[in-house]
Amino acid sequence: MWGYSIAKSQSIVYDQNDRTIINYVLEQEPSLRTCMACGGCTSTCSAGNLVPFNIRRLNTLLQRGEYSQVKKEIYNCMLCGKCTIVCPRGVNIRNVVLKTREAIMNSEKSDANDTNAI
Amino acid sequence: MKHIAIIGGGPAGIESAASLAQLGYRVSLIEKSAELGGHLSQMFTLFPDGRNAAEVLSELIAHARQKNINVMLNTEVIDAQRNLSGFTITLSNQKTVTADALLIATGFRLFNVARKEEYGYGIYKNVINSLQMEKKLRTGDLTMANGQMPKRVVFLHCVGSRDEKVGNNYCSKVCCVTAVKQAIEIKKMNPEIETFCFYMDIRMFGPYYEELYREAQEKWKVVFVRGKISEAAENIDGRLQIKAEDTLIGKPLRMQCDMLVAMAGMESTADAKFAQTLNVARGLNRFYSSTDNYLRYNNTNVEGVFTAGTCTAPMNIIDTIANARAAALSIHQYFSK
Repeated sequence: MWGYSIAKSQSIVYDQNDRTIINYVLEQEPSLRTCMACGGCTSTCSAGNLVPFNIRRLNTLLQRGEYSQVKKEIYNCMLCGKCTIVCPRGVNIRNVVLKTREAIMNSEKSDANDTNAI
Repeated sequence: MKHIAIIGGGPAGIESAASLAQLGYRVSLIEKSAELGGHLSQMFTLFPDGRNAAEVLSELIAHARQKNINVMLNTEVIDAQRNLSGFTITLSNQKTVTADALLIATGFRLFNVARKEEYGYGIYKNVINSLQMEKKLRTGDLTMANGQMPKRVVFLHCVGSRDEKVGNNYCSKVCCVTAVKQAIEIKKMNPEIETFCFYMDIRMFGPYYEELYREAQEKWKVVFVRGKISEAAENIDGRLQIKAEDTLIGKPLRMQCDMLVAMAGMESTADAKFAQTLNVARGLNRFYSSTDNYLRYNNTNVEGVFTAGTCTAPMNIIDTIANARAAALSIHQYFSK
């Protein structure tokens, strides 16, 4: 009425977040679990130095079920694989990106199917 | 009188020799280099309280100056055989020694930083390892390769530790606090030098380590950045350009510095030929393994063969000395059965 609205929660409400995408990624690429967030991947990332794309942060968001930014940025990756080369934990980060894209695509497909059903 | 051969004359070997002699054993302390002390002889001060390393070493050596200890310098163990009466050890000086028990105290090997090619160690003159920084502190000469004083020194934690890419998944334990100590020592010598620590986790496991970390921030203005440096490159003006992610901000970070100190991890020395001949078991981390991590830490799978110090795992000097004494007692228990 006077331009007020209820602010969207800034916290991660873990239990409300849908785990479908992250469960798929962890199943396809279990090495992601071993990430210790050193940031080596982001530091060496050719894309992230130029455009909004922070793979270390995206992986953490993904694991918390916070997908909106992941969906926005995941296509900025050029799949060069430098992140995977530097990772001290042996996480196949390049595959994490591919599987995340796949999971997002699947979830969008199933969303579309749900709409059609209605 | 039972005779114990100790392989390695670093702090672990020296202190276990002293303890064994006090317990009434005859000891041969076999050291491959020209003097006792191992890596300790290259240290400047010790954490957490800045105790002079040379002082600690000379006290250890004085303790081991006993009539039942025969120190053999410049002597390498070529091989060792186990037989009914004990061990026959072949030495580099063509001699053989027989012993009733064998104590391995061969210490650690420093990780070769050149294996992490992205840091340019061995290519860029101002990329050095932590032991080289220790020498700079010991000699009081902090200058760079060109003789000038650095304006900014960056420490990088976990080089060769916690890194699957070099096959070392373990934490070397002492590097975090060593970086903090070295950064403080630099500041004490020259407060003008800016010091940074780039870390993945800060592991202040020992008493007063956390306090030292706080002192570094509070009193000495050491700056801590959470992110592992992914590469270093030399600029046209000879300064080093480093790249990391500032993970707490979530952005890639670039910085110039004059000197990069790689906190090199500890690696096993358990690949020695004599140990292979005797079939002494090693763990997944390639260090010697114990028959029981809790109750028989110093016992190996081979009867009569014991271990002490950093040949079993990364350890600081305090723990090494305690472990050496424990090894001596374990040997005493073995012969008292």
